Amino acid sequence: MSTGAAHEAAADTRTATATAAPRRRITALLGPGTPVYVLLVVLLAALALSDPSFYEPDRFLAFVKRAAPLVILAAGQYLVIVSGEFDLSVGAIVTAGVVVAAELYGSYPDAHWLVMTLVLLLAGAAVGLANGLITTGLRVPSFITTLGMMLILEGAVFYWTGGSPHGSMPEDFRALGRGSAFGWLPWAVLACLAAGVLAVALMRSDFGRTLIATGDSERTAALAGVRVHRVRVLAFVLSGVAAALAAVLVGGFSGVSAQAGRGYEFEAITAVVLGGVVLGGGRGSVVAAMAGAFSLQALFTLLNLRGVSGAMESTVQGVIVIAAVGLGAADWSRPRRRRTHSTRGKPS
Amino acid sequence: MSGAALARPALKTTAARKSRLTDPAVGVWLATAATAVLGWLVVALDGGQLYTQANIVVILSNCVALGLVAVGQTAVILTGSLDLSVAYLIGLGTLVAAETMEGGSVLTAVLAVLALSAGVGLANGLIVTQLKVNAFIATLGTAFILRGYIEDNYTGPAGKVTASFQRLGYDRIGPLPVSVFLLVAVAVVLWLVIRHTRLGHHMYATGGDEHAARLSGVRTRRTVVIAHVLCSLCVGAAALFLASRLGSGAPWAGTEARYDLDSIAAVVLGGTVLAGGRGGVAGTLGGVLLLAILDSVFNQLSVDPFFKNVVRGVVIIAAVALYARRGSRRSA
Repeated sequence: MSTGAAHEAAADTRTATATAAPRRRITALLGPGTPVYVLLVVLLAALALSDPSFYEPDRFLAFVKRAAPLVILAAGQYLVIVSGEFDLSVGAIVTAGVVVAAELYGSYPDAHWLVMTLVLLLAGAAVGLANGLITTGLRVPSFITTLGMMLILEGAVFYWTGGSPHGSMPEDFRALGRGSAFGWLPWAVLACLAAGVLAVALMRSDFGRTLIATGDSERTAALAGVRVHRVRVLAFVLSGVAAALAAVLVGGFSGVSAQAGRGYEFEAITAVVLGGVVLGGGRGSVVAAMAGAFSLQALFTLLNLRGVSGAMESTVQGVIVIAAVGLGAADWSRPRRRRTHSTRGKPS
Repeated sequence: MSGAALARPALKTTAARKSRLTDPAVGVWLATAATAVLGWLVVALDGGQLYTQANIVVILSNCVALGLVAVGQTAVILTGSLDLSVAYLIGLGTLVAAETMEGGSVLTAVLAVLALSAGVGLANGLIVTQLKVNAFIATLGTAFILRGYIEDNYTGPAGKVTASFQRLGYDRIGPLPVSVFLLVAVAVVLWLVIRHTRLGHHMYATGGDEHAARLSGVRTRRTVVIAHVLCSLCVGAAALFLASRLGSGAPWAGTEARYDLDSIAAVVLGGTVLAGGRGGVAGTLGGVLLLAILDSVFNQLSVDPFFKNVVRGVVIIAAVALYARRGSRRSA
């Protein structure tokens, strides 16, 4: 992988002199995620055509509100993926978060919503910490670590609740997922914005740079003085926190359910990959990853509007995901650039 | 890495003996044996009997479906790829089998399922190699496509499996279910292919380092495609077995049992490295048997089914952590 990146870096400097400046600036601004912005614009335009009232403020905010959990999950998943790992446990964290919140409210009905949210976020961080420590310390591939964590979390939660979660969440807690600030701005949109700003700030900080360096080449980063283990553990912790935040939103939006987080892990990974982030780490931007999440949600909404039966939805989703990633992976610069070998790398 | 490489010739004989002992495939069979004994002890202390004739049959037939899928998955993972579409392919496979059998002969049904599987495997392989979509996303995409097709056309069980074909699922030769022979046959064939043919060596080479393999003249793309087809054919066999067991086409036969993630877990439990290039069919079978025995022990102790998942997760993580420790001494 490192040689591939080096090749490409060399090729970049070579082409940099050849390409026109404006074009270079645009691609530099958008990064490798360019296709996802095109996809997002196309989908949003298609939404506008199918339903002219889609862009009325409250409809659009409702759309963003529905997309918020996935966007937050994608931001967290991005941190893990760009460092060269996977996090398959996020769906289980969402389910566990929702169920645990309901159970806790059953025991302490008077808990303040802020306290409850903090407890969930801390629990998410703890799960992420466990994921990170097992992956880096015991050198278990993160695919297996987080898969095991998924089994453990789901099993533990249902064991604890006896198979069917009960209890309910009070209104002030659920307001985060379905209420609005000032009467018009959904809290979920605010949370989504905050997560986005935080993620971008994080990726511009030293931590973000070391994270990408670690994902690109662990050995090089380590030799350059990056504490790769610590960086990766932190990425897992943040992913856990993001998943817990998503759990708060999902719980508020749709209530207690044993299926609350089902499939979210794959949707989050799909969103990140749609954003042009390379599985295996080292390339891609967090904004593009979140745009990938928006695209996925826009796609679901569009399919709904078009009256595509719920069943065919996943077929269309599958085709589009493969096509989008295939187009993104295609080497469009073949005539200009000497072909660098593809590293169909899979993080281990 | 270089230090270990330099030290290796000097320690050749002891290292060879050691590496045989620390070979994950041997390790997992030892672990399986230990689990079998421990499980017997625990169940006996509880006042039960783990290895009754009936229970052995249950353990073995539980192995068959997951075993077939996991053996196929081994081929793909060895080659450095991955297949997440197996669960939905099983569902569709049982439906095709049952519906074809309703109107035609058993033979056409078997052929139809195998053709379907080969087609899906070919599609997976081509998407991975030609479109250069990461295997994780490519097979997830295929899984979504299959799921959409199933959900659009079926709401529940459909078709009917002929009585003669159901014998595959229920007949026994002595204490052994017939289906176990199917699993053994498929596993032996794949073992032969992987260990003793040029294709198999190419699979190891491609999984170990695709770039190096290609530079050495291995047609890596073709190898990956064939691995995917082999995997899907195994999944097709699993679908046929499940159809004969269930008596009709069951859309959710694969997803309810989570064959996609469970098969990957079994493969990794069997010592095959997720990144490819190391491992084999023998270890995978050990992993599958280990999971089946664990399941049976918990059933005998009537442990909460959800708690089983917790133990499963812990076992899988712990096993892979152990392999990682061993591997580090030799090659890290």
